[in-house]
Order: sequence, then structure tokens, then C-alpha cells
Amino acid sequence: MIMIFGKPLLLLYGQLTLGLINGAFYALLSLGLAVIFGLLNIINFAHGALFMLGAYVAWALLEYLDIGYWPALVLAPLIVGVFGVVLEKTLIQRLYKLDHLYGLLLTFGCALIIEGLARNEFGSSGMPYAIPEALRGPLDLGFMMLPAYRAWVVVAAAGMCLLTWLVIEKTRLGSTLRAATENAKLVQAFGVNVPRLITLTYGAGAALAAFAGVLAAPIYSVNPGMGSNFIISVFAVVVIGGMGSILGSIITGFGLGILEGLTKVYYPEASATVIFVVMVIVLLARPAGLFGKA
Amino acid sequence: MPMSRRALLGTAAATALPILPARAQKPTLKIGVLTDLSGPYKDVAGPGAIESTRQAAEDSGLKAKGIEVEILGADHQNKADVGASVARQWFDRDGVDVILEGTNSGEALAVASVAREKNKVFLNSGAATSDLTGTQCNANTIHWVYDTYMLAHSTGGAMVKAGGDSWFFIVADYAFGHALERDTTEFVQQAGGKVLGAVRYPFPSTTDFSSFLLQAQSSGAKVLGLASTGTDGINLIKQAHEFGIPMRIAGLLVFLTDVHSIGLEVAQGLALTASYYWDLNPGTRRFADKFTKRQPGRRPTMVQAGVYSSGLHYLKVAAEMGVAQAKADGAATVARMKATPTDDDCFGRGSIRIDGRKLCPSYLFEVKKPSESRGPWDYYKLLATTPADQAFRPLAAGGCPLVKG
Repeated sequence: MIMIFGKPLLLLYGQLTLGLINGAFYALLSLGLAVIFGLLNIINFAHGALFMLGAYVAWALLEYLDIGYWPALVLAPLIVGVFGVVLEKTLIQRLYKLDHLYGLLLTFGCALIIEGLARNEFGSSGMPYAIPEALRGPLDLGFMMLPAYRAWVVVAAAGMCLLTWLVIEKTRLGSTLRAATENAKLVQAFGVNVPRLITLTYGAGAALAAFAGVLAAPIYSVNPGMGSNFIISVFAVVVIGGMGSILGSIITGFGLGILEGLTKVYYPEASATVIFVVMVIVLLARPAGLFGKA
Repeated sequence: MPMSRRALLGTAAATALPILPARAQKPTLKIGVLTDLSGPYKDVAGPGAIESTRQAAEDSGLKAKGIEVEILGADHQNKADVGASVARQWFDRDGVDVILEGTNSGEALAVASVAREKNKVFLNSGAATSDLTGTQCNANTIHWVYDTYMLAHSTGGAMVKAGGDSWFFIVADYAFGHALERDTTEFVQQAGGKVLGAVRYPFPSTTDFSSFLLQAQSSGAKVLGLASTGTDGINLIKQAHEFGIPMRIAGLLVFLTDVHSIGLEVAQGLALTASYYWDLNPGTRRFADKFTKRQPGRRPTMVQAGVYSSGLHYLKVAAEMGVAQAKADGAATVARMKATPTDDDCFGRGSIRIDGRKLCPSYLFEVKKPSESRGPWDYYKLLATTPADQAFRPLAAGGCPLVKG
């Protein structure tokens, strides 16, 4: 058996693959955060709660309306997106003129309220959500048996990341959005409804979080705390990638997932902290993040 | 007939009452249920524990004897300092006589020392640490349902006998996980098994366990021991199923509500230990039905059963020794509780040891296949029973200062 630093190579391949899968979640979540921060200048602490809501909506669709995984993958982000629009219209919109800190506090408060309500309504131990029938079998990769569902997660997350990046960087809508961030007044003078654009962007960010939530529902426990477990690491990913940098958050998300996977083999006790160690180093060397504009 | 004697006592108390001024309070025992009302153990204990206490008050029959039972509930938020300050406030300001439950080990140890300081009573059901009846035992505390030693002994010892002689552990990297790993390792080795390895994951910030599961699988061990609980345990079991890990899984602390949350399809075959399961015998079913009336759609966990059992025993003993005396001296009440045999629907007949350990049998269960289950909450089948006198750590081995005297 080929060994690398005392670990069998095959085991290492497996761990890299798993790291990639976790990276897919990091990328998808940090992407939504980066979009919201880049275009709205809001540090959206409610992102984890929206991720959790996505999973719960998928569960509720199945439980009460008998709507399965595939439709839920579209419906749950739509529903949570609408919820995001309402949140933006009624609360967040009032804070654009104030310091970042207010937006952070408000969204953090919203996250606590949403989680608390979910815990009150559905209990703390979570809900079962089965893996869809079509993706139950394992895939033989030669070096490991990978559950088909995990492979699907990577494909779906990477696809969604690519789509979002294309929309923002390569379409007319995306260029209007970017222009509105640079100079809202000027864009408004050209007849673009900037406030509506911003509202819809927040809704889209919320929908991205919910999409990740639906992807996560079959493999993690659908419980009220599932978002807050993720969100701190995801913020670190966004900071490392560069606040507001779309491409940065995608690449950093996948990269850190792999780094975390390797840590789990060599020194598991540190696997939760390795991301933050990287964050400290990056902040010292490049305060604007790896892909951020200083 | 005991009923008529009770009625007679009741009449005696009633005739004594008119001597007092008309607005004077009846003798009142105050119970505080200090539990997790908003965090990860809300389903294991939480509102269900408060309801179990109400049931105990009702079943104690004290009302008919003219004794009022008042019940308060509070959230300890799984923080030792919050638990201790609620306990202080209850004892000092609100006149609480006894605190029940206390799911979190750190919080439980803190509340136990407040109870000793104020000479009140603390009856713990939810915490796992065996230190409560070991080096940190005190004369005001009784530990009811289970502890790390009992879980490790039952699951570790019995699994090896059933053929699971090589183990790998996935451990939550904090005191509770380490204690479970250490104790279980000892029993596995005593029974002739070996431990091939262990991996410790950061607690509580880990959600993906696939990496640790693959390491466990590549160790070649037959049994995967999960020294973790709550959401982590649920995630571990779900992901082990997803990856098709071909090992026997032993959950060292899994509650009924966890299995309910995972679903039988995924949880089937899991081995776990408990001291109460609702469908064990007519008594356990009787309590479960009362519980379901109060919490529709739910069955009680062993912690909720423990809250009922400990509350009932306290009320019985306090009424026997006199409410005024029970309120005045917590240590004397606990001493009397230890001297009185316990008897209730949930745990049957039992006793309480000098170190504050409530003795009851421990049961090794296996989670049923979906085809074996007759309906919701019909989840466990009994594999083995450890008798009460062997289930817990021997008295001499605990290091409890009360034992020497």
C-alpha cells in the first residue's frame, strides 16, 4: 500500500473527495453571503437560519403535501426567497443608510428568532428526511464507495455556483446590478428601479441558502441549529475569499473544504479550527482577502 | 386498607386546619424543574420533564392530604453559571425545596453544590457524569436514571459477549466523550475484546462525520462505538447508514427521541442502553399513557421517567416526615429518601445507595427493523438486562466521601 505521511493513499483520496463535498456546501453558502454583501453591503447573519428554513420547508412539503425531493429543490428556494423579500422590504431596507453594524445586529436577531420559533414548533432533535430513491446506491470510485447522493451534491452545488457567477458577471442583469452597487443614484437616473433590484437580490441570496438547505436535508439532521453550526465557518470562508468577491468565495469554499478534510485525517481535533487559522494568516498577509480588491 | 388510613390522615389534617386563621396558607412543597427548554436536550427533558413532575404531584395524592405542591420551571440554557444562579434564586427568594432534572453534566455539578450550600434537595435525572455520585457526591443530591459508568458497562460488556469483540470509537472531544470512551474501553477489554482505535472530533462544531466514519471502517473493527450524543449522534448514525458502513453501531448515549428523529429505516440494528423504555412492562406503559395525555403524540424518554420517579419519591418521603421538617433540612430529607425503598411505575422497586446513586436495572436494546415495528414509538427490542446491583459502579470504587463515614 502506498503511504503518504503515514496514511494510506487510498484513504487520503477518500478524504479529499469528502472534503470537496463539504467544500461544495461552503461554496454555496458563502456565495449567497458574498452576493448579499457585495450588492447590498449587508453582513447577513440570518444566512444560516435561511439555510435551516430551506431544509425545514423541504421537510414540511413532504410531510404535509407529499411533495418529494426534486420539486422541493425548486419550491423551497422559491418560498424562502419570497420570505427573504419580505424580510428585506419590512426590516433590512431601513438600515442601508446606517453603519454595517446595525445590519449585522438586525440579521443576527432575525436568525435567533427564526431558530427559536423553529425549535418551539418542531422540537430540538430534528426531523428525518430520506435520500431520494434515485440517488440511494453507492458509486464505486475505485478508491472508495461514494454514496451517489454526495456526488450529486457536488454536481448540483458546482452547477449552481457557476450559474450565479455567469448571471452576475456575464449578463445584462448582472452588469446593471454591479453598476447599481458602484453608483446607485446614477443607475436610478437611467430609469432602473434600484430598490427593487436590491430587494430581489436579497431574495436570491436567501434562495441560494435555502437551496443548500434542501441539499443538506438528507445527509444532516434537519434541526433548528443546523444553520448556526455552519455559518461561522462560512463567514470565515467569505473573509478569506475577500468580502463580496463571488469567484473568491467559490474557490475558497471548495479549497477550505479540502483542507479541512485533510486535517480530519492528520489531526482531527483541529479540524474545526483550521479554517480560522487560515483566516488569521490571510488577514495578516492580505487584509482584503485572497480575491478581494484592497 | 391503606386508602382508608390515608383518608383518615386527610381528615385529621382537615380538622386541624380551622384552628389556623382563615387565610393562612396550606403546607406547600415547592418543586423547581431546572431543564433545557430551548436547546439540544429540549426533547429529551424540557417541557416533558415539567409535565412529568405535574403527573408525579397528581399521583402522589398529597392534595387529598391537604398538602399543596407548587411547580416552577426554568431553562438552564446548558450553562453551569445560569443553572447555579437560577438554583440560588429559587432557594433564596422563591422558597423552592427541591430541584429536579438538570440535563447537562457541568450544570448538574454546579447545582448540586448550591443545593448542599443551602441545605436543599437536588434530584438529578438528565446528567451523565458519574462524578455526581463519585468524588463530587454530597448529602443533598441523588442521581436517578443513568450515568457514564452504567452506559459503558451495559453497552461495552454486553456487546462483546454478543460477538462484537473489536471496537473503534468516534469521540466528542470534551469531558463527557472522553469519560465514555475511557469507561467503555475498560469494559470491552475486561470482557476479552480489543479496541483498535479512536478518533476525536471537535465538539460542538462538527456536522460532517463522513471522514471519521471512513477512518473507522478502514480500522477493520466490528463495532463502532459512538461516544457522543444529541445532534452529533443523530448525524453520525444517519451518515454511517448513508455510507453503508458495515459495522455494528453502538450508541453509548442515545435517547428514544433521537431514534424517533432518525427513523427506523436508518436506525435499525443500533444497540443502545437505557434504564427506562415505555413498552417494557405494564407499569412503564401506564406511565407512558399518562404522559401521552399530557404531551400528545410523544412517548417519555428515560430522563422524563426519572423526573417522575424522583419527584414522586420525594413527595412521598416529605409527606411522611412532615412538610415543615422536609422544608427545613434538605440533607435529612435525602437521608430519609435513601432509607426508604423506591417504588413506582417507571422503575419498579428499587433503592438509593449512600453515595446518592439510585439503583435500577439497565437494559441493552436493539432498534427494531421497520417491519418489526407495530407503529409510532415501537422502536426497541430487549437484548440483555443487567441487574440493579451490578448495573452501577461499585460503591467503594467511586471515591465518594460519604461512603467512608
